[in-house]
Amino acid sequence: MIGYLADVSALARKDLRLELRAKDTLPAMLLFVLATLVVFHFALPAGTRDDAAYGLLWIAIVFTALLGLARAWSPENEAGALDGLVLAPCDRSAIWLGKTLATLTFLAVAELVALPAFALFFAPLDAAAVAGVLLASLGICVVGSLFAAMAAVSRGREVILPLLLLPLSIPLVVGGVGASISPESGKYLLFLGLYDAVFAILSWASFEYVVTE
Amino acid sequence: MIRATRVEKRYGRKWALRAVTFELVRNDFLLLTGANGSGKTTLLRIVAGLAAPTRGALDVAAERGDLGYLGHEPLLYRNLTALENLELFGRLYRVPERRERAGMLLERFGLWEARGERVAAYSRGMTQRLALCRALLHDPSLLVLDEPFTALDEAGAALLDRELQELAGRRTVLLATHDPERVSALATRQLALA
Repeated sequence: MIGYLADVSALARKDLRLELRAKDTLPAMLLFVLATLVVFHFALPAGTRDDAAYGLLWIAIVFTALLGLARAWSPENEAGALDGLVLAPCDRSAIWLGKTLATLTFLAVAELVALPAFALFFAPLDAAAVAGVLLASLGICVVGSLFAAMAAVSRGREVILPLLLLPLSIPLVVGGVGASISPESGKYLLFLGLYDAVFAILSWASFEYVVTE
Repeated sequence: MIRATRVEKRYGRKWALRAVTFELVRNDFLLLTGANGSGKTTLLRIVAGLAAPTRGALDVAAERGDLGYLGHEPLLYRNLTALENLELFGRLYRVPERRERAGMLLERFGLWEARGERVAAYSRGMTQRLALCRALLHDPSLLVLDEPFTALDEAGAALLDRELQELAGRRTVLLATHDPERVSALATRQLALA
């Protein structure tokens, strides 16, 4: 178990180091999420209810995550590094988990900027809404890292990832919006937690079959 | 060590490999030749476990971490330095004292001075040398080398010649090349794909 966690940590740190050097993903995510919120701020008619604004926040988060996930496996694709990882004797699910943690870190940084900007432009966010964002982000990264790997080893990768991820992110959007606006936010948070747990187990167990023939 | 029986591979409608049969015992050195498109790379990827045969049977008596593979791509991270790449793969391949082993290989392949440079800044030949270091990092008992002399200058090719001479008879090697004369003296078996 310690070896497994050390592998996950090494792989996630590698992704953070690569991003610090190449700055391929995070600046694009930050710019996208801020630009989207600014555009929504001007596009939304005055007097629009907060409920509608929360929906827009989720559009911004899902598409920002999609942007990050689309680039998540680029370093592995550039020079065949994924084959090197697949041949290693480590548990292959560690590759998925390392990538999930790195992607989640990038998304969390984007949200650190996006959530205050949302509160400034639209409506305040309470603790339940923030918890909803965190749980839904985890779910998006858990499923998205798996689908991004599938897309990375396929033709038409730009089409495959949104085609697979967007339908599966609908429950997360429902849960996230519910946690933000419903008086029974706990119910929605529990739903998001369950979603994360189920899809984390499925992704963990199926990753090996995605990266091997 | 390896027994392949009528191994075939099809991509879509195209057969990349047809009915290949061979057997290698431990420490054999197989020289694999054939024209472009004859299926050398496909066969080596199947042996390495990176592709599955469409038909036929393949038994490889080597654990996943006991195989060193050099393909057409270097299997490295371009924005990590040479040393960072070898340390990362050394950790994943469970190499004891990986920093020392990485340093020794970098020195042996003439890359020690450039150990702190990113792979993206390397020439094609230097990248190939580093890819060889990665393939040898965990001292595998089975080496699968696809065109290992590609992009190497004379000095690099001489280093590889010396390495192969040391490995011959001590490790099982599958080597595909368009220059069979270079290694034919080391080969215990030859297989020409049509």
